[in-house]
This record gives sequence, C-alpha cells and structure tokens, in this order.
Amino acid sequence: MNYAMNYALETRGLCKRFGAIEVTKSVDLKIEHGARHALIGPNGAGKTTLVNLCTGMFKPSSGAILLNGSDITSVSAQRRVGGGLVRTFQINTLFNGLTVAENLAIPVAQRLGRSWKPWGRSSGDAAVAADVVRLMDELNLLALASKKIADLAYGQRRLVEIAIAMALEPKVLLLDEPAAGIPNGESGMILDLLERLPDAMSIVFIEHDMNLVFRFARRISVLVEGAVLIEGSVDEIRKDQRVRDVYLGRRHHD
Amino acid sequence: MNLQPRTLLPAAALPHYRLGAMDVLPWIAAIVAFFAFDTYLSLGAQILVMVIFGLSLDLALGFAGINTLGHAAFFGVGAYAAGYWNLHVSPEPLGGLLAGGMAAGVVGLLSGWLLLRTHGLALLMLTMVVTVLLHEVANAWGSVTGGADGLSGVMPDPLFGVFQFDLFGKTAYLYALGVLFLVFLVVRTVVNSPFGLSLRGIRENTRRMHLVGASVHLRLVAAYALSAFLAGIAGGLGAQITRTVSLDRLTFQLSGDILIMLIIGGVGRLYGAFIGIPLYMLMLDRAAEVNPFHWMFFVGLALILLVRFAPGGLMALDERRRRAAQEGTQ
Repeated sequence: MNYAMNYALETRGLCKRFGAIEVTKSVDLKIEHGARHALIGPNGAGKTTLVNLCTGMFKPSSGAILLNGSDITSVSAQRRVGGGLVRTFQINTLFNGLTVAENLAIPVAQRLGRSWKPWGRSSGDAAVAADVVRLMDELNLLALASKKIADLAYGQRRLVEIAIAMALEPKVLLLDEPAAGIPNGESGMILDLLERLPDAMSIVFIEHDMNLVFRFARRISVLVEGAVLIEGSVDEIRKDQRVRDVYLGRRHHD
Repeated sequence: MNLQPRTLLPAAALPHYRLGAMDVLPWIAAIVAFFAFDTYLSLGAQILVMVIFGLSLDLALGFAGINTLGHAAFFGVGAYAAGYWNLHVSPEPLGGLLAGGMAAGVVGLLSGWLLLRTHGLALLMLTMVVTVLLHEVANAWGSVTGGADGLSGVMPDPLFGVFQFDLFGKTAYLYALGVLFLVFLVVRTVVNSPFGLSLRGIRENTRRMHLVGASVHLRLVAAYALSAFLAGIAGGLGAQITRTVSLDRLTFQLSGDILIMLIIGGVGRLYGAFIGIPLYMLMLDRAAEVNPFHWMFFVGLALILLVRFAPGGLMALDERRRRAAQEGTQ
C-alpha cells in the first residue's frame, strides 16, 4: 500500500451541530502515520467533541472520517476499535471494582480474540497473562496488580487509563488530556509513558500542559470555537502571533 | 525480557473462585439436613429449587449487571414447559427439565435481544412487563397452561428409571441437590472464564467496554439467555417436585422475592444465593409458625437489621472480615 497517499486518520469537512450550536466547524484534520499530533485550544474549543466524532461516540452532522484511507463515518464505535482506532478519556473511565490486572486482561483478551471463551480462567491463558504482565511491567504497575482501581492513587489510575488503550495495540491512539488532573510538576510520569509508545503508532493528543505539548508533539493543530485556527510544526505554532493572542496570550497586542 | 507470568502475577491479580475447604460446607450442610430433618424434605427441596433460581439471577444481575425485576418469567416458563412436557410428551424427568430450560432460554434470548439495549429503570420496568405479559398469556391460553387452574397431575417417572419420587420427598431432595450442583458448576465456570471477566467489565463500565471493542449487546444477550435457561431448569424442577404448575410462578411477586433473597445473601458473590435463600425461606417458615398473624412484621424487622448491618449482603461481611485480616498481616 502506498502510505504517502493516505493518512492514518483524516477528517474531511467534519461538522457537528447540537441544535443551533455548531461545535465543530468543517474540520479537515490530517494525521500522518506515526504522528505525534497535539490538539490545543481554549476550553470549549471542541477538542473532545472532535475525539468523540472520530471514535464514533457522536455522529457527525456532515463530513467524513477516514481511518487509514477507508471511510469509517458510519462504522460503529465498537468496530472502529477493531480497526485500530482507540481512545482514552479525560475523566478516568475504568473498571473500578476490578483489579489492575483485570482492567488490562479485558482489553488484552479482546485483542487476542479470547474474550468469548466461557470456560477456563483468564489467569490460565498464558498469552493473556504474559501480555498483562508485560504491560504492567512497562508502566511500573506490577506491584499494584492485585489492587482494585478504587484503591489506587489518582496518578496511578491515570496510568491504567492509558494502559487499557495500549493493551489494544492501536494503530491510531487518541489521548484526551492524558495528564489531566496531574500536578504540573508530575506530568513527567505521563511524558515517560508517551515517549515509550511505539514509533509506528499514530498519536493524537489533547493537552493543556504546554510543557508536555512542546516536548512531545511534532505537529500541532490549534482549535478555536470549533474550527482549526492554524496547523503547523511546534516552532511554527510557538511563533504564531494569532496563537499567542487566542491561546497562549497573556499580553494583548494592538 | 523474559517475564514469568506465573510468578509475577499474584493469584489475587486475576482472581477466580478457587475451590477450598470452605466450598464443601454448603454440600455437607445439605446432606446433613437430609438426614437430620427428614420430615422437612419437601421444604428442603423447595429451598434447593430457589437456590438454583437465585444462582441464575446472580449470573445476570450480579455478574453481568443486568438489572431485572422479571426473572420469574423464566422460572414460570420453565415450570409450564416442564409440566406440559411431563403431561403430553414424556414423563421422563431429565428430558422435562431440559425442555423447561430450553423454553426459558429461548424466551430469554428473544426478550434479551429486544430489551438489553436499555438499562437502569427502563430495563427494570421492561423486564417486569415481560413477566406480566407472560402471566396473561398463561392465564388466557387455557388449553396448554390450564389457565387459572394451572397444570396438575405432573408425575415424573422414576429418576434414571430407578429412583421413585416417594411420598417423603427423599428422591426429590437429592434430585434437586444434584441439579443444583451441576448448575453451580456451570455458573462458577462461566464467571471464572474470560467471558465472565468481560461480563464483569460490562457491569463495571459499559462505556469503556464498548471502546475496548467488545460486543456489549451480544454478550449481555448470551449471559441473559444462559441465566434464563438456568432459571427455567429451576422452574421445571419445581414443577416436577411439587407436581403442579400454577400462575403464581409467573408473578412480579416471585421476581421481587428472589431478588430480596439474593440481596440478603450478597449479589455477584457466587455463594450469595446459598446463604440468602435458605435463610429467608427458613425465616418465613419459622415466623409463620411462631406468629401466624404478625409474622411479616418479624420478617420486615430482620430485613431492616440486615440492610443496616450487612449492606452488601451476608457474603460481604465475610469479605470485610477477610480484608481486615489481610491488612492486619501486611
């Protein structure tokens, strides 16, 4: 396949209206293979809505979404995951009553096609158990394997939130504020994790922590009021006066 | 990197119901009761039938998180199917049991397919409505169900062609105990399995389960149908043991009763039904005997105390104790 011809994820003229309010205005997003692409913008700019549209949680009012060149606009949210499009949530969306290992065994079993087996044990499936252990080891969660999510500290839950998505080995990963709620000084933990994601994985992430954005992103799209204000490399965005005004701007220019 | 999952994953990380010494207890209790209270065997058999029914509800409610107030629909359909089978097809008991389970399973499959896209209160109401509808069908379809009179004269052949269903209910009790054991093994196997884990995932967070790529609706329907099948087995067993089938098997009242009994024991804990149901039924029996006029008062009082001091059911008490002991050793 000629990868130069298509993008890992692409939106074409994507619009979303809730009643009279247009929250996504003709967004054309092009995410390259292996991208590290940040979506930034002020609160209410429609970043999360865009993720919800891409993952199939909302139906777009018009426009198209393409995953690796094929149109997935009318594919169900669940089937998009099978196609390699996975997201995380800004607010932890975990299996709270289950252990850390179980939280990871669910997506691993799903990916390996073992999740329908009505006999045997999850822990007895060597392939599932090995993968769960490998993931927990990578994220330094091994010591917490038997803890229920409800008993974890917030930052640890944040890691599990991302680990569930990693367990699915996505082609395109959409991270909705991975460092949300983590104190600025401690976002290094999340950065470490992000930097260890495979190069081939295309990553789109929404983030307010600009340190994280500038260190991890290679391209940035700035969303303002539902539309893309500008898209460019990290340096271009840093220098752009409009971005400073709208988003970073603490000073006002005439 | 060469990681050994066996050594690195503590057993509590991917927990399952492992068999220990404690697991022998309910079965020993049942066998002791068989010899010690041989004049109460018919009550005992009815308790065993209800434990099977409770286990089936626990699979749907406790493990898959399906909120239902209509489980009596499956119990009733199973009872009518097994009763009809006995009267018009074959008096062989095991075939009748299977007929009861299959009929209920089909009803579970169809109603589940339609209803399980809803949840919460809407699902509660809809499952209740299914019971009410089936109750009316049973009431109106006299040629098959006997209408308001129900089915009587159900007379199963000797079990395995050998064991007569005797007047004291010895055979019935042991038959029910055997069926309970098999149903227990099925439920235990399913909740321990990867499929069982995915059901608990749905219970804990349906939204995330969708976005892990799991077919939530299909899984719920499968679990619901299996649960209905087992409830139908319980209903069929009840029909064979009491030799009658009546409309009260298909009531909202029964759906509510089994729910209360299971909640007393503990939902989603596998052994909740084993504790809550005998306790509740024996309590009813005793209270009615001690004070025939105000016995419901004592039952109500006991329920209030239970909810106050064991909010997660009696099984939760044991869990709390174990947890406290574990923290003590750390």
